[in-house]
Amino acid sequence: MRLVLDIITVVLVSAGGFFFLAGTIGLLRFPDTLTRLHALTKVDNLGLGLIVFGLLPQVESRLDALKLTTIWLLVQMSGAIVSQLIAQATRRSGRQT
Amino acid sequence: MTIANFLLAAAAFVLLMVAIGLARILYGPADVDRILSVQLLGSGGVAVLLLLSVAVKLPPIMDVALMLGLLATFVSVAFLRDTASSTSESATEDR
Repeated sequence: MRLVLDIITVVLVSAGGFFFLAGTIGLLRFPDTLTRLHALTKVDNLGLGLIVFGLLPQVESRLDALKLTTIWLLVQMSGAIVSQLIAQATRRSGRQT
Repeated sequence: MTIANFLLAAAAFVLLMVAIGLARILYGPADVDRILSVQLLGSGGVAVLLLLSVAVKLPPIMDVALMLGLLATFVSVAFLRDTASSTSESATEDR
């Protein structure tokens, strides 16, 4: 049982790390602000989400698991709001590359 | 390799990725692009702190991650509020 949980953790955390790699490459290589924003939101949603889900089998107490999930939800909400605001600011300031 | 070592390695990897992503602050070109990089630092920092917290079995580090997530939001909102008000002074668009 322990081994199964560890394997789940390794797979999910590795997948999350892969999305951080993809997001960083996207942030550096994509041509304009909106496509970079697209890369960043993938990191916010999938990268952090997969890492949090991968950590859940490893925490001992339920309170800590609840706290992990709550932190993830907070970052998720703030990421959604901030990405909308950034897109709005980009459109308002004209087509910047 | 124990699971704690794996989590520490994952934390180091994510930190490296965030550090490389910070190069966007240098290249710009617009200030909005720089704030994107700071946003990556925010969510990447939360991920690193959560990984560390579980790896070294020190649950209070989760509170640090919570604060970092909160402050990263405020940084972006404060910055964007500033740019929005400065650009809409000339525009006639109402908000």
